[in-house]
Amino acid sequence: MEFRSHLTVALRVNGRRYEVPVDTRTTLLDLLREHLELTGTKKGCNFGECGACTVHLNGRRVNGCMILAASAEGAEVTTIEGLAEDGKLHPVQQAFIDHDAFQCGFCTPGQVMSAVALIREGHARSAAEIREWMSGNLCRCSSYPQILSAVEAAASQATAG
Amino acid sequence: MQSFDYGHAADIGEALANGDAPNTVFLAGGTELLNWLRLGVAKPARVIDLARLKGFADITRLPGGGLRIGALARLNDVALNDDVARDYPVLSQAILKSASAQLRNLATIGGNPLQKTRCGYFRAEETLPCNKRKLGSGCSALKGINDKHAIFGWSEACVATQPSDPATALSALDALYVTEHKDGGRRIKAEDLHTLPGDTPHIDNALRDGELIVGIELVGAARHSAYLKLRERESYEFAIVSAAVALDLEGDRILRARIALGSVAHKPWRLNQAESALSGVAANDTAAIRRALDASLVGAKTLAHNAYKVRLAKNAAERAIRLAAARTW
Repeated sequence: MEFRSHLTVALRVNGRRYEVPVDTRTTLLDLLREHLELTGTKKGCNFGECGACTVHLNGRRVNGCMILAASAEGAEVTTIEGLAEDGKLHPVQQAFIDHDAFQCGFCTPGQVMSAVALIREGHARSAAEIREWMSGNLCRCSSYPQILSAVEAAASQATAG
Repeated sequence: MQSFDYGHAADIGEALANGDAPNTVFLAGGTELLNWLRLGVAKPARVIDLARLKGFADITRLPGGGLRIGALARLNDVALNDDVARDYPVLSQAILKSASAQLRNLATIGGNPLQKTRCGYFRAEETLPCNKRKLGSGCSALKGINDKHAIFGWSEACVATQPSDPATALSALDALYVTEHKDGGRRIKAEDLHTLPGDTPHIDNALRDGELIVGIELVGAARHSAYLKLRERESYEFAIVSAAVALDLEGDRILRARIALGSVAHKPWRLNQAESALSGVAANDTAAIRRALDASLVGAKTLAHNAYKVRLAKNAAERAIRLAAARTW
């Protein structure tokens, strides 16, 4: 088997194909921010504790800081920049605005990515379930009640739609 | 982070052939390894990514009624699997109470039990005396902040606990860890996977260099089972104490009880004495259950700040027994 200290990672991000040369230590988060300049995904703790770096990897929400870029070879990644379509915000993004679900905004991209996945997973059946399945996204401004309202509203809209 | 060489193993043979080389580590979910690399807990020269191994994430029925869970199955996929949720609720609950939804989408059931202690001295970003980090440097927690530390099986060299929720559930289920190694694989009983610190606190488990957990086998079913996790916040936090209980019941009577405590020792801690004493006891006989638990907990050895964990452990076990008994099928 072949071992390398530098390699080129081919992956799709928000529908676009990239080939990115990286040092093996590069995380998916750093690839997005530093190599592709997609800085919507935030680097909070860089230890998998805060959820600010949440992105979708092959359709599932994950912490971008916990994946080596090399492991994302061939993957389909969606970031906060890839949610809006034709200039129209994703319903979860709109719900965060409508419910005043952020203050400083630093955790918001991760919150939104997590919420989009949570609704798709079917884990928005009650307030308690939403709180539990959103618990991997910390908000130091403590906008939790508003975040919960936004996710509930977006989830009921998704069900109605 | 120190630089390392990275490669994908195309198959299990390739992983094992390269796995026991010096300074070589396996990468599964990565949710522990990446933090070890950042903290300098691990400084590997080579990382073998296991992501391309085929067939190691399947959950299949064993002939005879048990279940085999591929080591690379992601935690959420194990917890939400119908067979696991129905037949081994203790495992499903333990997984859903471990980590966040995002981490559980990455972390694997084979990797999770190999996580290291959450001791603040061990995980410190600056180097502090810690025999796990540097053997012979001392244990900062022994006379330091040790409110979350061990009450069983610790040594002067190390008072750290093993924090894995799934490992605690797997201990109560008498699971077998199936391993492969280029010199031959084996089945390790859950109770034998983790080691006690003794004078070798830098060693966490019984795995040899290059030995890989490839699956977990569960025998029978444990429908009367439950996991209770006590922590400082309701979600997304490590346990202060947890209790995994699996009961075999005949009517209201306990035929066999299996009880493992988490975050109280360097390994999931089975309450063998209590288990024996509970055989034949009515599941609603609170006084008898408390007596049985007292007998097991009398051997606890507390540190300056963690005596409260003994009471907490006893109460957690008692409540988990009630939860397990109350499950109706």
